Order: sequence, then C-alpha cells, then structure tokens
Amino acid sequence: MSLIYPRSSNAAHPAYDFADYRSTGKRHPQKPLIIMPHTLSELTGPVYGHDAVRDNEFDLTMQHKAEPLGERIIVTGRVLDEDGRPQPNTLVEIWQANSAGRYIHVVDQHPAPLDPNFTGAGRAVTNADGRYRFVTIKPGAYPWGNHPNAWRPNHIHFSLFGPSFLSRIVTQMYFPGDPLFAFDPIFNSVPDAKARDRMVCRFDLDVTKPDWALGYQFDIVLRGRNATPTEEPHDD
Amino acid sequence: MTDPTHKPAGITPSQTVGPYYAYGLTPRGAYAFRDAFADPVATADCEGTRIKLTGHIYDGDGKAIPDAMIEIWQADSAGRYAHPRDNRARANSSFKGFGRCGADKNGGYAFETIMPGIVPGPDGKPQAPHVVVCLFARGMLRHLYTRIYFADAAAANAADPILALVPADRRNTLIAKRAGDGAYTFDIHIQGGDETVFFDV
Repeated sequence: MSLIYPRSSNAAHPAYDFADYRSTGKRHPQKPLIIMPHTLSELTGPVYGHDAVRDNEFDLTMQHKAEPLGERIIVTGRVLDEDGRPQPNTLVEIWQANSAGRYIHVVDQHPAPLDPNFTGAGRAVTNADGRYRFVTIKPGAYPWGNHPNAWRPNHIHFSLFGPSFLSRIVTQMYFPGDPLFAFDPIFNSVPDAKARDRMVCRFDLDVTKPDWALGYQFDIVLRGRNATPTEEPHDD
Repeated sequence: MTDPTHKPAGITPSQTVGPYYAYGLTPRGAYAFRDAFADPVATADCEGTRIKLTGHIYDGDGKAIPDAMIEIWQADSAGRYAHPRDNRARANSSFKGFGRCGADKNGGYAFETIMPGIVPGPDGKPQAPHVVVCLFARGMLRHLYTRIYFADAAAANAADPILALVPADRRNTLIAKRAGDGAYTFDIHIQGGDETVFFDV
C-alpha cells in the first residue's frame, strides 16, 4: 500500500501560536516553516505492533492490587486513514488523570487524591479491522493555571504512530456534552467546529456492558490517502 | 464520528502532549508502567558507528523546556529504514531506528544510536546522513518536525536536497556539532534569534 500525505489535511490542526493558550507564546516558531517534499525518511516511520504491548496493558483497571475508584468505562474505536481504510497493527498509547482529576505525574500538585490502584497509562494495538479497545475509569476534570478559574474538560490523551512519521499524532479524546468545552482554549484551538467534534467520543449502548461499564466509541483518522495514478505523489 | 461506510470528513486534530505524559510515554522506571521502546536506539546486533546525540530544548526566552518530548526516526548505517515501504534488503538486526526521550529538568535529552547512512532522496539524489525529529511539549498544540545533520559530513550536507531548501544563513541550526569521539550535540530553539529550522511536511 502506498500512501500520500496532502498538506491540506493539516488544516484540521490548531495553529502553533494560539494566544488563548498562554504557554504557546514562547513555544511556537516565529520564522516560516520550510516546505519540503516527502522523502523516504518521512514516508517511513516506527513500526510497533503486538510485540510492543502486553496483554494486560489495555485494561487500566487491572494494573494494581485492587480496582481504581471511579466510573468504569470502555473506550473503543477504529483507527482509519483519510480514505476510511482501517489501520491494523497500529500502536495506541493513552494516559489520563484519575477519577478525582489528579495525574500520578510528580509535577501535578492539584489537591485531589491519588488512587493507589490507578496509574492511568495504557497501550493497545489495533486488530485487522483497525479496532482498539481500552477499559479504564472516566477521568475527572481538573484546574490549571492558564487563566482565572480555568478547568480542563474530562479527557484522555492519545498517541499514535500510524503508517509513517507523517501520520504521527498526539491528541486528546473528550466526552460528549462537556460543559467546559466553551471555556477550554486547548479544545477551542482547533479552528473548525466539525474538526473539534472529531475529538469527542460517542456514547454507545452497544459497547456498554450491562451491570458493568458504560461504553464509548472514538474513531481516530490519521493522515494518509491512497496514492492513485491520477494523483501527483507530491500533492500539496 | 466517522461512518465506516464513508470517507472521513478529515483527520483527527492534534492536541498538546501536556505536562504529564511521562508516566504513559516515557516511564523509564519512575512510574509503575513498562517502557514500550528499547533504549538505547542502537542494538547490540546492529552494524555501524555508535554515536551519542545530546542536546537541550529552549523556548523563546532561551529558557530550558523541562516538559518537552523528543522522538527520533532514522535509517540504519546502510541508509535503510526498518519499515515496509523501504523494500531494500535489510541487515538481520533488531535495529528499529526509533527513539523517544522525555526532557530532563534542564531541558536535556540524550540518545545512544548509530550514525545513519546515506538515504535515497527526491529525483534519485542522495540525502546526507540525517535523523528526523518530532518535537512535542506542553504549550505546543501540534508537534514540530526538524532534522539533525552531522557537522563532519560537510560534503554530503552541501549536496543535500533538503538542506538546499533552507536559507543558507539558517542551515547551521540543523547541523549537530561534534563534541568528542562519537558524540554530537544538537540544541533546539523553538523560537528566537537562534530559532531552529522546522519543516512544513
């Protein structure tokens, strides 16, 4: 399979400089990025599949002696390319706050309790249909210092490689109907409302397991389109 | 949401890696989660010159960025990528060519890897030995791509088709300095007078 990576697809991403998210101020380039052709170095990328993942890493509720506190959830979805084709054998890495909105990271000092039964990190590999599945608990919202009374909506961080270094993506999955969306500069850094919606998972009763856990669907679309003879390989 | 019977309306947008990625992406023994990626990048069974690549990551005020994460992707010593798109025969080694490092409190990073070989480039022209870099950080809503070339490959660098696209007075920002035997330093300045060249890919 040969893929091309139109630059135009990148319009879905936030700008590097987004004043409402203050930390971008000193952390964005001010000189123009250099447009370059995609060479073999960009069109290839790290290959990590089943060998990178252990069986229990998809279930964040089973990594300690007892179950973590919080609302147990299932998060599943498909990883697709821009043509909608499933991306099998792709590594999906996640990390998140606990149900109280506290990260286990040493730098997080939010005065909410840590949970000795929750680390908040997971890994899975997509199957032949491009599907991944995690079991975890719903992360809590938490305050941050960007502006007065700033709170992040509930979210799970996702990191994927996909078929090349150009399809590399780190993003955040949000939950439907979060009242904090309107106030969150990170969510709103994505300029197009429809693109923002692609970061929001969907409640799914079919994924929901009776008497056990709510289910959510979250599909992820990576850069990459089929290269057909009618298209220029250096499509911009 | 994506309808499986239709072409997606667009890609999933990027969001910042944030300040707390380490326990998921670079636990390195500090957290109760296994590392997924081999460290060092150089494997015991791969051929090539062992090198140590170190540097620091700075913001627009010249302050170190402790919550940055750097990833590298590179060819083996014969210029081959461990990827199905590179269909040339590969050495029988476990070298994968990928490394990930979370910055330390001084914004520092380090990789132990091998010197990459010459890689095929556009229109059949060779590319000088280089490492592709993805840079992530809190305060970056999207990752940045840059490349690391090597100071002692001056002739190959002068003929490199990608370096040729970079204004001559900025090319030095892409070239790692030699810092002793097998050691190279490459600092990244996200912004400012010494701003590193980043690529629009």
